Amino acid sequence: MIGPLTDWAAHLIAGIAPALRWGLAGVLGLLVLGAIAGVALPLLKPGKDYRELRQRVWSWWVMAALIAGALIGGWQATLALFAVISFLALREFLSLAPLRREDRLVVLLAYIVIIPSYGLLFANRYGIYLVFIPVWAFLIVPFLMACIGQTRGYLTTAATFHWGLMTCVFNLGFAAYLSRAPLAQAPQAGGAGLLFFLLLVTEFNDVAQYVWGKLTGRHKIIPKVSPNKTWEGFIGGWVTTGAVIWFLGPLFTPMRGIGLATLAFALPLAGFAGDVTMSAVKRDIGVKDTSHLIPGHGGVLDRADSLTFTAPLFFHLLLFFNMGRLPWP
Amino acid sequence: MALIRLILLVLLARPIARFMTGADVIGREHLPRRGPAIIAANHNSHVDTLLLLTIFPARLMPFLRPAAAADYFLKDPFIGWFSSKLVGIVPVERTKGGSGADVLAPMREALAQGAIVILFPEGTRGPGTDEMGELKGGIARLAEAFPQAPVIPIWIEGAGRVLPKGTMVPVPMNCTVLVGEAVPAFVDRPGFMAALRERLEALKAQAAPQRWR
Repeated sequence: MIGPLTDWAAHLIAGIAPALRWGLAGVLGLLVLGAIAGVALPLLKPGKDYRELRQRVWSWWVMAALIAGALIGGWQATLALFAVISFLALREFLSLAPLRREDRLVVLLAYIVIIPSYGLLFANRYGIYLVFIPVWAFLIVPFLMACIGQTRGYLTTAATFHWGLMTCVFNLGFAAYLSRAPLAQAPQAGGAGLLFFLLLVTEFNDVAQYVWGKLTGRHKIIPKVSPNKTWEGFIGGWVTTGAVIWFLGPLFTPMRGIGLATLAFALPLAGFAGDVTMSAVKRDIGVKDTSHLIPGHGGVLDRADSLTFTAPLFFHLLLFFNMGRLPWP
Repeated sequence: MALIRLILLVLLARPIARFMTGADVIGREHLPRRGPAIIAANHNSHVDTLLLLTIFPARLMPFLRPAAAADYFLKDPFIGWFSSKLVGIVPVERTKGGSGADVLAPMREALAQGAIVILFPEGTRGPGTDEMGELKGGIARLAEAFPQAPVIPIWIEGAGRVLPKGTMVPVPMNCTVLVGEAVPAFVDRPGFMAALRERLEALKAQAAPQRWR
């Protein structure tokens, strides 16, 4: 019983590109450190409430396990996981956004759009993917809303649907599509390595901005939208993440030189932009978190807000500097 | 049958509830840990019952008994079998109210057996607007008869959008279940009803705006 199991595990690990293996091991190390902190801090500094810290760490374990499982499982598993993430994010968005009673079936249609959108990535029809939501869903949804006949708040609602589909489905789809890159295009660690790197630096940027802000933050950067964000956190996170991208990028991606420098410069900005933009949406609606699905973090959109901006940026910089006109043959 | 009901609730109803609503629960620590107890929730959709049946731990599921209108749920033999055997309803003869018949008898019997009775004091599904309907007084009579059963107020936000009254196609949308502290012990009927309404309104005020504009 044990023998075949360890053989299977060894086979599975051997199938992972070496760089990705080390990357996943590093994340596991961070998670173990987090778990130790969750146990040790209450012993060292008793009296404070550490429940949220423990919830946060535990949620990181679950999220990392899901992502790692999908990365090891292959691009089909990754596309499936991201289709689910898109559904959860879109459900959160459309549940809080101001919609009208008459839009109920259009909401259902918006969920259904997820299936062909990810289906096009599955079938590797990148050209149609690029126009499916931005052009066709963009045209068909307002037309169906017009057929329903409620014109009060029509333009706002049409824009709301399009914004939700673009961020939660179209933009997140680029992250998933990275995993489909063949080894010949990304010999460092394959498509899974590209996606791993994107997720790693996006989440690192979130954490680095938060930590720099906590440690040194004094000057508010955008108080009307995100009162806790500071210039110090923003610049500290920008520089740290930029350095991480510059030094780790060559291990996981084919990007070098000017391309990698552009990525190191732009990705932390995009992460910040995604965070702030979703904060503006939440502030408009009047909620702090988009749901309570992930204990200690909030909703899927609270966690994936930066990714909705960094995923298309990373994908297109990679395409522009390293791939030519079409992504994967 | 009880085992089949439990398996269906855990393996079928709970995943469906999570898929359709996200099933966010705020104030889970206020849920009763044993029967007898009375859950008093607002009512806009059949999804309310699905949510309240599935947010409890499996250990308590056999004790859950939603009160439901006999004139609606028991008129058709198949729906009647589904409602009594799988949902586990306590029938309420709404139409016989005021005729001298004891419409609360089945609920008293369930509470006496240690059930957690799920009640919708509005008596019917509302139109899915923000407004809570008038609360019927039967719950106060139950609270008076069972001082040992806490009355837990629950506000369900958003269920009226997933499957509103009069529709057939459910649409997934996030819902929030806000569980409050038990209503203070029964002293007199108007005081109890006012306290219940106040608790429900307070929970509603905390809810994320998962409603139509």
